[in-house]
Amino acid sequence: MEKMSRVTTALSSSALTGHTMHCHLDAPANAISVCRDAAQVVVAGRSIFKIYAIEEEQFVEKLNLRVGRKPSLNLSCADVVWHQMDENLLATAATNGVVVTWNLGRPSRNKQDQLFTEHKRTVNKVCFHPSEAHVLLSGSQDGFMKCFDLRKKDSVSTFSGQSESVRDVQFSIRDYFTFASTFENGNVQLWDIRRPDRCERMFTAHNGPVFCCDWHPEDRGWLATGGRDKMVKVWDMTTQRAKEVHCVQTIASVARVKWRPECRHHLATCSMMVDHNIYVWDVRRPFVPAAMFEEHRDVTTGIAWRHPHDPSFLLSGSKDSTLCQHLFRDASQPVERANPEGLCYGLFGDLAFAAKESLVAAESGRKPYAGDRRHPIFFKRKLDPAEPFAGLASSALSVFEMEPGSGSMSWFVDTAERYALAGRPLAELCDHNSKVARELGRNQVAQTWTMLRIIYCSPGLVPTTNLNHSVGKGSSCGLPLMNSFNLKDMAQGLGSETRLDRSKGDTRSDTVLLDSSATLITNEDNEETEGSDVPADYLLGDVEGEEDELYLLDPDHAHTEEPEYVLPQEAFPLRHEIVDTPPGPENLQDKADSPHVSGSEADVASLAPMDSSFSLVSVSHALYDSRLPPDFFSALVCDMLRFYAEQGDVQMAVSVLIVLGERVRKDIDEQTQEHWYASYIDLLQRFCLWNVSNQVVKLSTSRAISCLNQASTTLHVNCSHCKRPMSSRGWVCDRCHRCASMCAVCHHVVKGLFVWCQGCSHGGHLQHIMKWLEGSSHCPAGCGHLCEYS
Amino acid sequence: MNRGGGGGGGGSPAAATNYLICTNCRKVLRKDKRIRVSQPLTRGPSAFIPEKEVAQANTSDERTNFLVEEYSTSGRLDNITQVMSLHTQYLESFLRSQFYMLRMDGPLPLPHRHYIAIMAAARHQCSYLINMHVDEFLKTGGIAEWLNGLKYVPQRLKNLNEINKLLAHRPWLITKEHIQKLVKTGENNWSLPELVHAVVLLTHYHALASFVFGSGINPERDPEISNGFRLISVNNFCVCDLANDNNIENASLTGNNFGIVGSLSELEALMERMKMLQEEREDGDTSQEEMTTRFEKETKESLFVVSGDTFHSFPHSDFEDDMIITSDVSRYIEDPGFGYEDFARRGEEHLPTFRAQDYTWENHGFSLVNRLYSDIGHLLDEKFRMVYSLTYNTMATHEDVDTTMLRRALFNYVHCMFGIRYDDYDYGEVNQLLERSLKVYIKTVTCYPERTTKRMYDSYWRQFKHSEKVHVNLLLMEARMQAELLYALRAITRHLT
Repeated sequence: MEKMSRVTTALSSSALTGHTMHCHLDAPANAISVCRDAAQVVVAGRSIFKIYAIEEEQFVEKLNLRVGRKPSLNLSCADVVWHQMDENLLATAATNGVVVTWNLGRPSRNKQDQLFTEHKRTVNKVCFHPSEAHVLLSGSQDGFMKCFDLRKKDSVSTFSGQSESVRDVQFSIRDYFTFASTFENGNVQLWDIRRPDRCERMFTAHNGPVFCCDWHPEDRGWLATGGRDKMVKVWDMTTQRAKEVHCVQTIASVARVKWRPECRHHLATCSMMVDHNIYVWDVRRPFVPAAMFEEHRDVTTGIAWRHPHDPSFLLSGSKDSTLCQHLFRDASQPVERANPEGLCYGLFGDLAFAAKESLVAAESGRKPYAGDRRHPIFFKRKLDPAEPFAGLASSALSVFEMEPGSGSMSWFVDTAERYALAGRPLAELCDHNSKVARELGRNQVAQTWTMLRIIYCSPGLVPTTNLNHSVGKGSSCGLPLMNSFNLKDMAQGLGSETRLDRSKGDTRSDTVLLDSSATLITNEDNEETEGSDVPADYLLGDVEGEEDELYLLDPDHAHTEEPEYVLPQEAFPLRHEIVDTPPGPENLQDKADSPHVSGSEADVASLAPMDSSFSLVSVSHALYDSRLPPDFFSALVCDMLRFYAEQGDVQMAVSVLIVLGERVRKDIDEQTQEHWYASYIDLLQRFCLWNVSNQVVKLSTSRAISCLNQASTTLHVNCSHCKRPMSSRGWVCDRCHRCASMCAVCHHVVKGLFVWCQGCSHGGHLQHIMKWLEGSSHCPAGCGHLCEYS
Repeated sequence: MNRGGGGGGGGSPAAATNYLICTNCRKVLRKDKRIRVSQPLTRGPSAFIPEKEVAQANTSDERTNFLVEEYSTSGRLDNITQVMSLHTQYLESFLRSQFYMLRMDGPLPLPHRHYIAIMAAARHQCSYLINMHVDEFLKTGGIAEWLNGLKYVPQRLKNLNEINKLLAHRPWLITKEHIQKLVKTGENNWSLPELVHAVVLLTHYHALASFVFGSGINPERDPEISNGFRLISVNNFCVCDLANDNNIENASLTGNNFGIVGSLSELEALMERMKMLQEEREDGDTSQEEMTTRFEKETKESLFVVSGDTFHSFPHSDFEDDMIITSDVSRYIEDPGFGYEDFARRGEEHLPTFRAQDYTWENHGFSLVNRLYSDIGHLLDEKFRMVYSLTYNTMATHEDVDTTMLRRALFNYVHCMFGIRYDDYDYGEVNQLLERSLKVYIKTVTCYPERTTKRMYDSYWRQFKHSEKVHVNLLLMEARMQAELLYALRAITRHLT
């Protein structure tokens, strides 16, 4: 039998020829089916039922089966199938639940042969037995499958799927008695046609309806299914349990699936919604379709390979009322457009890079630049000669390993844990954070904190030591001009000589330098006299009017340019020496100075000059305090935050945002803030810094963020006796009817706040436990555990 | 009950009723103005269902647990939830989908969602839902000014008004042009995901309004302070409906015979007919031509199923109260005169019927919704599936009854009124299974829910349990939502292709 069918369907000596072509139908098609001679195709839809001859250049309408004055619903076809052995025999499934057979051999105009009105609901699918002339199978929305013998008036047997509706039925091509059916609830069932009482096998194939299935034409055990969940799965049915061997993820629900003849791993799919294209997939390569036909303008409803042994012709019908013949060689191949490079970061910072071999070869010819301590490792994929994509598969994979330690993020963790974000005055927070950053060797960050403190804090609170330090670093171009304290640093500071040159490229530099030497002297005086030396003050105030311009620019430069150079680390310990300097006198001096400086400014220059005669510290106070409100800098600070965020240090951005609070918040748009917060929280959680991340969430002002810790706040409790979850109330178990949460102190049931030790899990009323642990460090339950209450 | 302080209702006399007055009572009232209003007599979540009916079922453990859970997540148990809790299984999927569309990730900002809900509920003058969402709107940070009416909202939201109107009353008129107009690039355009979210919300609240009126949900009586935007709680049930012993008076007024006689045999007859249809089916003897004309017949027939005795037949000027109420609600809508028009009466327009098989929820609607607004598809799918298959195999006092046929008739009849036709359904069954009073009720609840009265609710299926009638309401609600969704989604699909 099998052999015979093979013979009859074998490709005739003259191979098929044709072009990619289409013809317009009068109405949307629902399904198509090909005659076994591959020369005719039938198109069926709600209001169309025609046979077209496929000719060399075009489709020619041969027969309209929709006859009669008043078209009945029986002609509204959901599916059509052409018998693969008898070219005169067709069957249609009508939307009203009728199964109709058609005999083209009838002499009259009306070719309708038999009418089966047994289904109560729409029939979704009909299928002829591949080798038996009279056996027809139907699957309907009412959940039943019926098998008809065309020689009889009624169905031979009825199969109940015990489910809502049958979406597809397909006879196995190889096993005479077997057919597969797919269901709306995601199941696939395998039936033996002789045993209508129950199915042979059932398994859940998809999440949601399985719209279609197709048996592999050669491989006995393979069944492809397509579902609403946008997947095509290939199952191996020969094993005890159906095994998923391949899975293709498409972009829309899969309405039809058809194996490609003569190509063992190829199948064609089309979608029911949104996506109009037909794809041919190689199931071993499930991410990129092997070919794509883009002719249709509306969803494709029916596909059929024109001849069971010719892989190059595909026919399709569509909702856009066209019938198409696609030639495989005309298909567009997405692979060609795909980008054959891939890049990925590993868990520990390793970097993997895959690309076409040719590309990598060219690359590796180049010498890696000196000083690169990372070691690329090259892998080359072993080529499988059986693979059809040999040309593309020859890619190379290189892995760059992270140098151990260099990728360490310990600074991040440390910083996150040690930063203080709230609960203290701004100045203290800044100081603290600056200290933290400095100790971790992140000088630039430390610097930023100090500057923020200067900008936003009133001078009274500022200890001068830090200011000194800040000025010394913040205004790098001013280093040599610094007061006496900083001169010691000059040797190191000159490391940034190039910058110095740039900033002092103007003609004034000479005088400035001269002045600074003068400054040096007076400053030393100053230290002795502690600012009471008014004449000296005057003297310098006059001279340095010009120099001040430079200083004024400094904050600007400092913010934006800081990251471009690295400050010598040695500078810091030196600055620390000054920590001991008693701040008191200098503060006094500041106050004494400020009015004076403002006066000199008015006289000498309109540029808000600074008086560096005593120390820059005092000047900067005066400057910011009396003339420039913090608002003046907010744009700058915002730029700084953005800069940090862009550098990848979102930690800094968020920390500053939180610490400064209202001072800068309004200047940065809500979305950016939210973005920063989200990234930072994400990072924190990756490092398991739950407490910090929660603190950040709490302190954030963005609503989208602060609601994060409102989510999943439910605590599920199990009964301590029967270990079952307590569903209704938290204190009494429904099952064993015992009170679960007793207070260890008063032995009553706790109905409100229950606090317990995470070590020994004893607990009780919050108040009681608190009181108990004030007096004793042991668990009140007497278990001997040393509980802690924090 | 009286929430007091309706926005524009300054002129409303203190004695004014919060209940509309039905025709019959008006006649009485004209004679004797003094018996204006007694406050509603029912307590509990519904005006139609005695409180103890709802509370009774509370004994079941599963249900209590579920309600406790719901209470603990949302902090309240509104009357809708209480009434729906007669069908716990369904309630779960209902609440899940509602929670998702209102509170979870979605394309629309939270206050917008509630405002859209208000707009949808306003189409049916459902003050219950409006009040509920006015609160939510403000809680989620909505701009209070918007509550002064459509004139105060951004143009973008205002643009939604057109499809809100069409969806609520004549969804078959929605075309891809409407969708195009909304998504057309411009200052106030909607993105497709946003639009789908809005459509889901609109249809959900239109349908929910049907449920609220159909089940006579009472206004919430929470102690919250009125925020001036709340409407006077309006029940559309006349005082006489609410009186428990209203039958005698009404009977004398309307001349309707509400005899209990024969009501038992009514049930028996229905079951008999179901059995008959079942057998007839097996014979399979209906001619195809007849089948095709039955749908037309049914749609045409629904023309004559008119809810006769409601206030709409009275000119509004008759009662000042009506006017105030209308103006209160109408600030959220435009074109208040636009209402349901029988599908079959379309006359010269000749819109084609919607062939259910060509655009089904399972195949098409789901995929589109889920694509544009992820996961809502699954939730809605589960809800539709649930409501369609929900059964206890009981009918009134009888047990072990297969009610599939009845449920399908209800579902399809609703779709039929919206012009959706199932090829594989024999619309003759509707006639056989649904008695006239039930048809009146169905049509009122789905097409103009605001006109539902307790009398309508009482007059059909008199031996059935209240929980069964709530089940009917659930079916009607979901069928309506699906119908509206199908039309809207079809238009979106057409726009996409």
